[in-house]
Amino acid sequence: MNNVLTWITFLPVIGVLLILFVPKNSKNLIRVIAAVFTGLQLVLAVWLYMNFDTGTAEFQFKEQYSWIPSFNIEYFMGIDGLSIPMVLLTAFLSFICIFASWGIDKSLKGYFAMFLLLDTGMMGVFCALDFFLFYIFWEVMLLPMYFLIGIWGSPSRKDPDGMVRGGPYAAIKFFLYTLFGSIFMLIAMLVMYFNVSDPVTGGHTFNMLHLMDQANHGGVLADFNIRLWIYAALFIGFAIKVPVFPFHTWLPDAHVEAPTAISVILAGVLLKMGTYGMLRISFPMLPDAMKWEYFAYGMAILGLINILYGAFCAMAQKDLKKLVAYSSISHMGIVLLGMSGLTSLGMNGAVMQMFNHGTGTAMLFLLVGVIYDRAHHRQIDGFGGLAVRMPIYAAMVSLAFFAGLGLPGLSSFMSEVFSFLGAFGSELFDLRLITIISTLGIVITAAYFLWTFQRMFLGELNPKYADLPEINGRELFTLIPLGIIIIFLGVYPAPLLDLIKTSLNELVEVVKAANGPTLLGLH
Amino acid sequence: MITSAILILLLPLVAFIIQIFVGKRLPRKGDWVSTGAMFAALALSVGIFIDAVAQYEPNNVLATATWDWINFGPVHVTFGFLIDNLTAFMLVVVTLVSSLVHLYSIGYMHGDPRYNRYFAYLSLFSFSMLGLVLVDNLFGIYIFWELVGLSSYLLIGFWFEKDSAANASKKAFITNRVGDVGMFAGIMILFSITGTFSFNEVFAAVADGHVGGTLLTVAGILLFFGAIGKSAQFPLHVWLPDAMEGPTPVSALIHAATMVAAGVYMVGRTFVLYTPDALLFIAYIGTITAFIAATIAIVQMDIKRVLAYSTISQLGYMMVGLGTGGYTAGLFHLTTHAFFKALLFLGSGSVIHAVHTQEMDEMGGLRKKMPITFWTFLIATLSISGVFPLSGFWSKDAILASALGFGMTHPAHMPIFVVLLLSAGVTAFYMFRIVFLTFTGEPRDKKKYDHAHESPLTMTIPLVVLAVLSVGTIWWGWVEHMLVKPELASYGSHVASAVEHAAEEHGVAHSAHTIAMFSSVVVATLGILLSAVVYFWRKISADAWAEKLKPIHTFLWNKYYFDELYAATIIRVTLFKSRLFAAFDLKIIDGIVNGTGRLTAAFSRLQGSIDLRGVDGAVNFVARFVGYLGSQLRGLQTGNIQAYIMMALFAVVLLFVFQQF
Repeated sequence: MNNVLTWITFLPVIGVLLILFVPKNSKNLIRVIAAVFTGLQLVLAVWLYMNFDTGTAEFQFKEQYSWIPSFNIEYFMGIDGLSIPMVLLTAFLSFICIFASWGIDKSLKGYFAMFLLLDTGMMGVFCALDFFLFYIFWEVMLLPMYFLIGIWGSPSRKDPDGMVRGGPYAAIKFFLYTLFGSIFMLIAMLVMYFNVSDPVTGGHTFNMLHLMDQANHGGVLADFNIRLWIYAALFIGFAIKVPVFPFHTWLPDAHVEAPTAISVILAGVLLKMGTYGMLRISFPMLPDAMKWEYFAYGMAILGLINILYGAFCAMAQKDLKKLVAYSSISHMGIVLLGMSGLTSLGMNGAVMQMFNHGTGTAMLFLLVGVIYDRAHHRQIDGFGGLAVRMPIYAAMVSLAFFAGLGLPGLSSFMSEVFSFLGAFGSELFDLRLITIISTLGIVITAAYFLWTFQRMFLGELNPKYADLPEINGRELFTLIPLGIIIIFLGVYPAPLLDLIKTSLNELVEVVKAANGPTLLGLH
Repeated sequence: MITSAILILLLPLVAFIIQIFVGKRLPRKGDWVSTGAMFAALALSVGIFIDAVAQYEPNNVLATATWDWINFGPVHVTFGFLIDNLTAFMLVVVTLVSSLVHLYSIGYMHGDPRYNRYFAYLSLFSFSMLGLVLVDNLFGIYIFWELVGLSSYLLIGFWFEKDSAANASKKAFITNRVGDVGMFAGIMILFSITGTFSFNEVFAAVADGHVGGTLLTVAGILLFFGAIGKSAQFPLHVWLPDAMEGPTPVSALIHAATMVAAGVYMVGRTFVLYTPDALLFIAYIGTITAFIAATIAIVQMDIKRVLAYSTISQLGYMMVGLGTGGYTAGLFHLTTHAFFKALLFLGSGSVIHAVHTQEMDEMGGLRKKMPITFWTFLIATLSISGVFPLSGFWSKDAILASALGFGMTHPAHMPIFVVLLLSAGVTAFYMFRIVFLTFTGEPRDKKKYDHAHESPLTMTIPLVVLAVLSVGTIWWGWVEHMLVKPELASYGSHVASAVEHAAEEHGVAHSAHTIAMFSSVVVATLGILLSAVVYFWRKISADAWAEKLKPIHTFLWNKYYFDELYAATIIRVTLFKSRLFAAFDLKIIDGIVNGTGRLTAAFSRLQGSIDLRGVDGAVNFVARFVGYLGSQLRGLQTGNIQAYIMMALFAVVLLFVFQQF
């Protein structure tokens, strides 16, 4: 298992090649190929989990080859405690989503090929340790995602307000928005490339480990103001992906118009890339940027806005899928808030929240898909009393909703609580008021989830749905593993926390050390 | 003992899991699984309690255990049990009432289509409540705190086909969440300063003066917000009356005896944290609650709603007890109230089961039909009214004495005692109003009356047991022994005692007790007499007085318009905000995004037309010219060999001609 990260990243590409040779009409063969290759990827991810050394903050399973020597670009892969939960999440959700895509009928050869390509891109982002390589993977994801939303999403339609919306609109919006963010990332990347020197050869470098080592920084990076600008550029690039208010409006469109499995991938994996980028690139490469403390306060306030604004917007939605989409904005705000305090609790809580939101929101989107496949609409008010007719479905939805509103015993409770506690207890910045206001979000969240649940499932059964079929075995197969993870990590979060904490505590130390002594006399 | 504690916690949890997954397929739909688990937990709790009595010492800690749970590296979060006298006490109260309610439910819920799910939820509740009592830290108590909220949500909305039940469950959960956010903020403050959740370590940090002053007051008040929600204190009390939509045994267990008392327990558990200012806040909230709820109870006609308001009012009393420094009094009232209020609810359930209505308008004269229900209900009524020598007399008297003692040392706060005393009279009045309207007089609905019958044994046995517990004249002495007020000093303080709220009251304690006792007996007698005059002898017409005092009656009937107030303010503003934000999102933010897109497109069209006419025009001209040339020349390509040869010849000639120059 020497090149395990290469295998885990490029296995889906082999699947793509195979699928290209399968005749269009062998639909089941195509599906099985996709399932096998994502399944193998999942096996490798589990192998990584079992062989991962939680005792060290060093990168593991490293692979390093020269790729484009004239520019010092390397094929450099490796994972640490920050990336491994994301690798696991990606492999797991990709595998599940193959089954959630089983019902796709429209040119499914293209669909699965695109899906597997997307899978490679995602995995690559989380494994790359060369900034250039990272950037390539980042962009590789865009194209398949564009087609998946545009072609297999909902058809174009003219809304009452005169806007043409639908899959193609959402796809192009997603594409342009992300590309817009990438430009900022590209500029930041190039500035770093030209001003950081390889300690051995002295040449320019994209090697992330060299970029993180402050001793290698020179040139314009010696100027603190330039560093702030670079930090800001990176932040915009990543903020669009999270998405941070006000760059978030691509999300409701993309999530709602995409087919179920793609919504799951979007919310479950792609959103995490924004915060992953901040933790992998912004924080360790420019750890001293927070000396300009407005970054920390700004991040916390943006987190606060995301939490409350997202929750209020979710409450107003009539379309169930749109509600779930806005709830993602709200929940990702907690990640931002958790990171901004630069504490062990907050940082670990934030990464746990990234993982737990991944599983929770995946469950939510899958459940939306279940009801949409049956009723062919998603209007919350159009249902009523379904709990009588579909008790198992109702139980699954209540599990997902309660996870979403942070009920103790379910995974997101742990991550939310520790994100809040971490921000509140920050030693560098006084985020106490911001945190307390943010916690009001948990009331709003409870309100919209329970209200939605009541309108859909409680009360008298809507006679229109008197013979709606109960959730089926294939659907349960995609949901139950998620449910088990949500409950297990809610009761006993140690397996996840142990995986990440060594790396993240180290990161906290690095960033804190770069930002000087404790500012507040709290302790 | 820790093994017992673990078993006490696990038994109902396992019962819940069994019930939820296979309950439907078990014989009798598995009611015996939940009930058996609860009785086993009761036996174990009694065992712990006997140990506590045998090894008696004030504030004795019988056993503790902690396990590593969540380890962040710099911060450890542990899970642990703390079993002291208070825990032992609460364990017995919870398991006892819970066991009896399980037993009662077998009869009451018989034939319900979701029978097994009902018992599953009861087990889930018992698990959460016992966890809340057993844990040794703030984080754990918060977790179980929310979980009892979940079980309450599930049980209030048990008959979810009814819109009113679905609404009530949602209201309960959200209202509680409001309080919980405050509680969480309090926990955040304490944790950020002490770095620990453990009760003892937090107390020790307070004792050492790590945290104090205004911040501690704020933290204490915020913690108490949780209790305001869960124990239905003003202004978050509005959820509890609606919670009566749940099955009546649930109301008895959760919304009378145990869960709503969790707030009182929590304040008792963290008692040493509260500064005098925070305690004063608690006392006033309790006073307002006790009075408001008692007055509303006078006019309500739904038997369960009256009991609900009575519960709110009594919880207010407990809070006053704690707030005025009467730690023992508050927790003692929690215990006695748990028994007599559970009895009242189960008794009302027995009545509802018999006549299938909750409106007292449609009852009357049921004494003869339901003798066991009547006599046990009467005992509980006497107890809550504070009639000597029943349990309620002792505990209420203790609270009144505490309030009076506090008033005597702090004359500015004498109104607390006065209001409580007045409310005690009101309590006696409205409680006997229920007795008279339900059990005495002529039946007002003949058909329902004829249908009525005494309830089965599984329902009457719990009534009798609770009635015996409500008599309990022997209580007071050793409760006072068991639940001695903890002193901050005992947590290793060098500050003698940061919280010495009631210390100076000892001098007046004795006289306060005597005065309180006599005055409470007097007001209770007056209340009962007035009630009898109005509703038994019917010398005064209630309807006529309601007409005379129309504005007051309407005000009380509408519950001080709290629901309307909240609907018009908080709820309306929230919904408005959500619609506003959503519109802002769609119109403004997304409008800007789309506008940018359109602008770009328009710009590119402009450029395109320049391109088309200018640059591309030139390019196209060249292309078109070449094309034109080609099309003209095409005519030459005839395929005729002779013509080609001719042309070649012509070309050669031309070449020669050119070469000459």
